This record gives sequence, C-alpha cells and structure tokens, in this order.
Amino acid sequence: MRMSGADIVLESLKRLGIDTIFGYPGGVVLPLYDRFPAHPEVRHILVRHEQGGGHAADGYARAKGALGCALATSGPGATNLVTAITNAMMDSVPTLFITGNVARNLLGKDGFQEADITGITMPVVKHNYLVMRAEDIAYTFAEAAYIATTNRPGPVHIDIPKDVFTEEAEFIWPESVSIRGYDAFPPLDEAMLRQAASYIDGAERPIIIAGHGVILSSAWDELKTFAEKTGIPVLNTLLGLGSISTDHALAYGMLGMHGSYEANHAASNADVIIGIGNRMDDRALGRFADFNPTAKIVHIDIDPAEHGKNIETHAAIVGDAKQALAALTSMVRQNTHAEWLRWIDDLRAEHSFSMAVPSGPELSVQHVLKRISEVNDDSVVIVTGVGQHQMWAAQHLKFTHPHQLITSGGLGTMGFEVPAALGAQVARPDATVWSICGDGGFQMTLQELATMVDENLPVKMAIMNNGYLGMVRQWQELFYADNYVSVAMSQPDFVKLAEAYGILGIRVESKDQVDDAIRTANAHPGPVILDFRVEAEGNVWPMVPAGAALKETVEAPERPQEVAR
Amino acid sequence: MKHTVIALVEDRPGVLNRCASLFRRRGFNIDSLAVGTTEEPGISRMTIVVEDEGAPGIVEQVEKQLYKLIDVIDVANLTSAEAVMRELALVKVRCTSAQRREVLDLIDIFRGHVVDVSPAHLTAEIVAAEDRMTAFIENLRPYGILELVRTGRIAMMRGPQTNVVHELEPDSVLRFHTESGRRPEGELPYVSD
Repeated sequence: MRMSGADIVLESLKRLGIDTIFGYPGGVVLPLYDRFPAHPEVRHILVRHEQGGGHAADGYARAKGALGCALATSGPGATNLVTAITNAMMDSVPTLFITGNVARNLLGKDGFQEADITGITMPVVKHNYLVMRAEDIAYTFAEAAYIATTNRPGPVHIDIPKDVFTEEAEFIWPESVSIRGYDAFPPLDEAMLRQAASYIDGAERPIIIAGHGVILSSAWDELKTFAEKTGIPVLNTLLGLGSISTDHALAYGMLGMHGSYEANHAASNADVIIGIGNRMDDRALGRFADFNPTAKIVHIDIDPAEHGKNIETHAAIVGDAKQALAALTSMVRQNTHAEWLRWIDDLRAEHSFSMAVPSGPELSVQHVLKRISEVNDDSVVIVTGVGQHQMWAAQHLKFTHPHQLITSGGLGTMGFEVPAALGAQVARPDATVWSICGDGGFQMTLQELATMVDENLPVKMAIMNNGYLGMVRQWQELFYADNYVSVAMSQPDFVKLAEAYGILGIRVESKDQVDDAIRTANAHPGPVILDFRVEAEGNVWPMVPAGAALKETVEAPERPQEVAR
Repeated sequence: MKHTVIALVEDRPGVLNRCASLFRRRGFNIDSLAVGTTEEPGISRMTIVVEDEGAPGIVEQVEKQLYKLIDVIDVANLTSAEAVMRELALVKVRCTSAQRREVLDLIDIFRGHVVDVSPAHLTAEIVAAEDRMTAFIENLRPYGILELVRTGRIAMMRGPQTNVVHELEPDSVLRFHTESGRRPEGELPYVSD
C-alpha cells in the first residue's frame, strides 16, 4: 500500500507495539503531526521541553520493561534531546528517539533550525540513522527497535528530513531483520561457564554484584535461585536495586561510594566476585587498582567490552544474564557460607550507625524516605533525581521487585526525577508513583508539571528541600574546607507554585506532619507537590571519597546515641 | 607496541566517522588508518594501526569497542607473524643530475620505482613493510626530502585463511518480546498489580 513517509512512521510504530510517544512539535515534523489524528492507536503526549520528553520515554521504558519513544523537531528540539539520549545510553535503557530535519536539499546548508543531529548523537547512541528515502523508513524502524531492545539495550536515534515525511512510498513491513554486524543473542561459552563454576565451587568468601542487566534481561528469578543454591550474599549496584528483594536473607544492599560499610568490606574481602549485568563502574568499585586485587572475578555481561575494561576478569561470560545464570546454576554445587555471612552480619551490627536515621527533632531526608517506604505498600514505584536524596533513597527505601526504582545512574542527570516519573506514571497508570526530588533538580525540569496536569498523571513529587545542592555542599564541606561556593539556592514557594499549576501543594516542616502528608498525597487523585523542609546540612554516610578504595570507606564522624536503622 | 587491527565495515555514510569518533572518545592512539573496498560490494575494509604505549588490554578494548558499532561487521587482530603487511609511499626528493645515479641505486636496493623526474628532483614510489620503509626514507633524507606521503599500513593473513564476512540468519523483529526473556508489555511480575 502506498502512503506518505509520515504515515509509514506511524504504521511502523504500531507494528512495533509502540502506543505512546512523548513529543514536541516544530516546523519540520509538522507533516508527521498532521497525520497523528489518522492513527489514534498512537498516543502522543505533549511535553513542555524535549529533554522532558526524552526522560519521560526513559522512565516509561524502565517502568514498563518495554521500548520508550520520544519525538522532537530539528535543530534546538533535537539538541534538547541530547541529555536524555546520553542518559539512556549510560543506563542501557531501550529507547527510540525520532527527530525531524530540514528538507534534503537544505541538509548541510545551515538552513533555519538545522543541526547535524546524527553527528551530534553518534557517540551517545547505540546506533543512529539519517533516513533519506520514504521507502527506507519501515525497515529502519524495524531494525532500530530490534537494536534498541536486544543484546545490551540502548537508545537508537532516527533522523528524518521534512520532505521524506511527505514523499510517498510502498509500505512494506519486514517481519525479520538481518544485521550482519550485530549478534543479538550471542551463544554462551560452555568452557567459560565451567571455569566460572569451578571458581564459585571453590570459593570461601564469594559475593554477587547484581546490576541493571539482571533487571534488563528479566533474570531476577534466576538470580534468586542461583544465590540460594550457592548461598552467596548479593550486593547491588544502584541500578541493580530491586533485582533481589531487600527482605531476602542474602540481600546485603548497595555497594559503592555510598554503599553500606559491610557491603564495601565484603566486596573488598571476597575471594570470588560474581558480577552480573554490571559494568564495574568507578562509583560502585572505588579505585580500581585496590578494589580487590586478589579475588577471582567472574563477570557475566552481554557486552564483551565490559569484560576487562576497568578491572581484570578471570572468567568472562558473554551472554544474556537470564540464560547465563540458568546455565551456571545447573553447574555449581549446593552450598552455604554461614561463617562468611556471619562475618558480614557482624560488620553490619558494628557499623550500621553510619546509615542510621537521625534521631533528633529536625526533619531529616532519611526519616521522610523511611516513612514514604512504610506508608506505601511494596508496589510503589520510586523515581529519584541525583544527589544526596538519591543516595539516601538507595540506602533507606525498601525495594521488593524489579522496575521499582527508576534513577539516573551512569550519567547522574539532575532533573531526571520529574519527567521520568511522568513517563513511569504513563507506563503504569494504576501504580502509585513517588518522585523523590532534590530542590535543585526539581527546578531544572519543573515545566513538566503542566504535562502532568494535561494528562492527569497523579505523580507524588516529594521535594527534599534543604536550600542547597546537597551533594555539592557535602563535597565542599568535606573536601574543600567548608568553602561553600554557588551551592546555596533560593527557592520559589513550592506550594504556591503547585497552586499556579492547579495542583495540590503540601508543606511539611516537622516530623509529626510527615505521615499525614504522605497519606493525603496518596489519596489525592491528581499530581501533588510535597515541600519537605528538611535539615540543611545533613551528610550522606558512609562515603568512599572519590579516588579512594572501597576498603577506605569513611563512616559518620559521630556515633549517634540511638541507633535506629 | 603496535597492533594491526582489521575491521570489515558496512560501506555506508558516516561509518568512518563512527570509528574515528570512537578512537577519539576512548583515547585510543591510532598510528594509521587505511580504508578501501573489498572483494564484496558494500563492504569496506579498514586497517588500523594501534599504539598501546605498553598499557595492557588496550588493543582488546579497541577490538571490542569497534565490534560494538553496528556498522562494523567483523574485527580481527593480525600479528606480523601470520600476516603480510605493506604500505605505499611517494617520496619527492631533491636530486641533481650528478646525484641521480646514486639515488637510483638506492631506490633499486629498496625495490622502489621512479615515477616522476625533473632536472632538480625525483619522485619515487615504494611498497614495503614498515621497517624497510623507514630505512628507505632515512637513506633518502640526506638528499633533501621535498614531500612525503604514506598510505598507512594494509595487511592480510598469510595462507588460505581469510577475513571475510559470514552472513547471519535473518531474525524476527519482535523476537525480543518472546525469546530474550523480556516479557510482553504490561506483564511484569509486580507484587500487587
């Protein structure tokens, strides 16, 4: 059937099962917008800034475990997407970004709103395309979605000149794709698995580091089975939280810069480390040379380039975490490590004061987060920004299932919290979505409040308002001799701001108001802003200073009288 | 140490940019890069000489990161023991008629050819491996090199072995929904959905 390029784009989205797209119109994508009404199966959500649309697609993808999609016009619209694309790349989120560009005869002529957007996104995408003929659109979309969702997922960007949208071509949907430079499902190496199994069977002090890959490949059941059979304690990276329930006896929380003392020391003292779907990142491992030079490293990752990139790997297993864990579980023997677990438990008992909720009268972020976790049931979806509140959320919230925590890990994008929560709420309309916001990050992307109002998305935005860029302030206090520079910020009246957008605003200034506020927010059918006036100068402990080793974890300077963890 | 890496790539706009951008971003030190067509239409072959400056694992990262690019079909690391390596150079050297005989002898020793000549100059071409190439250039240097251009290394395995593309079976577009372990949309195991 012959149709315009614009219709082919929308038909292709439907064939891929993409029913939601976060977009912002502009000159060159008008031919595409003109055809949206003819394809009501594709819901277009009008955001207020392209970066918001990009993060919303990212949050949508993470909440749903499906492909997220965002659309922008050429030039500034396209360049506004770049942060969101990079964020999706760093965290391996399956996303499809579509941009328009100037008509073909104007490409390269510096026309109005032209940007070399495929050149700009090239280093921050899994793959990108400039589609020069309408007849290539359908195949390009099929291939793009296949690449975005398979192997190690990531963002794929498609740029389409304006006159390609209006050009007519035959719509031919490919049922299969063939990309000779891309093996979506690499086979497992049996010998390498056996090598890994022999390390695991011989281990006395093994640990698992479970990362985002466990969630991306739906391998949480396999992870649990593997850990239970081998009796190995599980640590999580930030993005791996939720891959095993916080309640599980073998779950020992997050390791890394703000990981627990016992997790960091377990990782430093282990004799076998099994990384699963993680990228051995500096924030998780600390100084690479002194991370744990004597341990045997087993590393399961579908991206072979992650093996040996940062630390030497002794058994590098290339493959999908789900398949690899299932295979490995059948090869290892049933085991327990009671003594090793007791060693970690003793460390936890001795050193948990760093992560205690402050017991004083001031309203602390930790207290607010604990209450959000406890007042809500386990089905709550948590989205965070970046900084102190993010680390406290990772430490103090309960994560019982995958896709529960949506946070910007690799890129550390402040402002992610508002649009990503929007996207998560669109993906899961019946879920309670709480966005834990920093007062700094919230002000970066708060324009999306209007989108939430338009679409009636009942996101609960809890702003941890301390009047500072908290993490920057903490670093200036600890590493720059209290020299506070450009770190205190004035805030608008967030309750009045809520009112201006026609949504519910709640101010919380003391501990006794917290539970009521959370319940009121949950009961409200629309979006809510909660302005938590938290203590100004709380620090996140424990902490591994940048460039230090995990075993150099610094604890809270004062041991509080009352330990309530 | 220098490594010779071969990449077979799709002959598409931007593929050279993708590779070059990768080297720049990851800080790989590239000595030379030669690109050209192959026995198969639509496939280009890059020969990349990587200097690892003694750092372990660099060339392995170069190979793996290159292979991650969708347009890169295959990557191989050829060591000099198993491969023929050559580059071509054109050298324009100052040469009076009195010097011409000895310069011609030099070119002959290195199995080069004269491709252009004038009363005051001579242009030689030489195809050689790197050591012989360097020796040739050093021997010409005293006469005064006016201009020098080198193609960068190209390489091919010795014996019947080849670096050619193996076709993959076509794969279902929606396979990720069914086989990769990712569940169909909306069917995630939430505790209280």
